Amino acid sequence: MSNREQAISLSPEQAAYLRKVRRRKINIFLSQVLLLVTLLGIWELAAIVGWINPFITSQPSGILKTIVNLYNSGDLFLHIGVTVWETIVGFTLGTILGTIFAIILWWSEPLARVLDPYLVVLNSLPKVALGPIIIVWMGSGVSAIIVMALLVSVVVTILGVYAGFSQVDPDRVKLLKTFGASKGQILQKAVLPGSVPTIISALKINVGLSWVGVIVGEFLVSKAGLGYLAVYGGQVFRLNLVMTSVIILGVAAAIMYLAVVLLEKLFIRWQQ
Amino acid sequence: MARPLVQVKDIVVKYHSPEGETTALENISLDVFQGQFISIVGPSGCGKSTLLNVVAGLLEPTQGEVAINGRPVEGVSASVGYMPQTDQLFEWRSIWKNVILGLEVQNKLTAETRESVRQLLERYGLWEFRNAFPRQLSGGMRQRAALIRTLAIKPEILLLDEAFSALDYQTRLVVSDEVKKIISREGKTAILVTHDISEAISMADHVVVLTRRPGTIKSIHKIVLTCQEHTPIKCREAPEFRDYFNRIWKELDIHVQ
Ligand SMILES: Nc1ncnc2c1ncn2[C@@H]1O[C@H](COP(=O)(O)OP(=O)(O)OP(=O)(O)O)[C@@H](O)[C@H]1O
Ligand SMILES: [Mg+2]
Repeated sequence: MSNREQAISLSPEQAAYLRKVRRRKINIFLSQVLLLVTLLGIWELAAIVGWINPFITSQPSGILKTIVNLYNSGDLFLHIGVTVWETIVGFTLGTILGTIFAIILWWSEPLARVLDPYLVVLNSLPKVALGPIIIVWMGSGVSAIIVMALLVSVVVTILGVYAGFSQVDPDRVKLLKTFGASKGQILQKAVLPGSVPTIISALKINVGLSWVGVIVGEFLVSKAGLGYLAVYGGQVFRLNLVMTSVIILGVAAAIMYLAVVLLEKLFIRWQQ
Repeated sequence: MARPLVQVKDIVVKYHSPEGETTALENISLDVFQGQFISIVGPSGCGKSTLLNVVAGLLEPTQGEVAINGRPVEGVSASVGYMPQTDQLFEWRSIWKNVILGLEVQNKLTAETRESVRQLLERYGLWEFRNAFPRQLSGGMRQRAALIRTLAIKPEILLLDEAFSALDYQTRLVVSDEVKKIISREGKTAILVTHDISEAISMADHVVVLTRRPGTIKSIHKIVLTCQEHTPIKCREAPEFRDYFNRIWKELDIHVQ
């Protein structure tokens, strides 16, 4: 039954129920907005009245002013753009390279066994510890930051996607074998398409991880980006700048996460 | 007498693992003739799946050999079609894309093979569903689609490894009826592995009983049932059915502790 047909044949009870659901949704949204406004209001008030020192805690009006200044000087979108770009390149490369490595491991079980302890160590290692090495090797530029973001996500991706590959039903592989399928055909027909949900969920995790890699990278080397802005703000004791970059970072990260979730939804719909 | 389609000659299969050696099958010999429907029953872990794997050419026996049409099996044989426990339809492929999977893998998609698949789908009521996805079909229809996928590569012999065990009881009865009908109508030979003695008797013309591991052939029962309509469901009402059932049940010697 299509939505329109449903609308025509709506019983009063169903209409009342739908109204209730809608009202609840609106109420929740209003409460969320109210909470934000209240918190910002208290913060601002505390700074004005002098309960807190805005020099070290910053204040909403100061943050707003900083954003406007950044916008006027044309730096706002430069910094956002740099960081977002580094992150997107980082998690995309991390996911693609991780998946390629997972395919290689799936292809050669002996290799997978040989590399197993190395992957365990690499996975446990806090990747940001490799920062200094990366800077020496890659120089202090954007490429070092992207490598950082990539490193943070690639090992998790390898392990996750490889585990996904190994979960393909053995009966399914057997069926393809009885058709005379080659290893490449088994990969192409069953393993890869069957692992798309795993790969998308790896992508989802990698978005978060890449932000960590990028911000740490920017802390260490950069001349632009939100991480750079935060560190710079801290060094010159301009807490408004620090808070501004953190808040923009939060919003940007959330938007990117939602974009990936949307991508996942689109994929699921396409699959149906 | 004509040459058997499948000759299993004195097969021994041993598995090796760090824990030790497992002899799964010992001295199995079996002839299957064109058009026969053989059921294999046996205690859990006695090597039934192993036997099917050997016939399919997926597993090389430790000793002995299998010949199909007189030719020894080496590697996967094109004359064998395999039906696993669950239908294994690929959920991201339409029914049409699913049933041509084997042809696609074998690079045999031609106008002619497409036409023969189309005819199979039409004959067995799935043509209208060719663009549907597996999840939109009932369990029975999915099983039929899986069977057509196997028939599409034109195998001479079908191997069914507990092919209905994932279905609920009612569906299972209907599906086994359908599958039996389709297999007879297409003139195929079949070997069915099952845990269900009633299913084994009602579908097959011979029931092979295996012993506990290492699996050897304990007995072979030629099944003759007097029923008007020769379908598995109707055959369960035949007067001889109980006899066969009791005899096979005793031979299986299943103890529940
Ligand atoms: N790859 C393997 N390596 C080692 N042992 C195996 C392997 N495959 C099967 N076995 C052993 O061989 C014996 C026969 O296995 P098989 O799967 O053929 O039995 P089955 O009769 O099909 O059992 P079921 O009724 O549970 O399906 C079992 O004891 C099993 O544990
Ligand atoms: Mg088995």
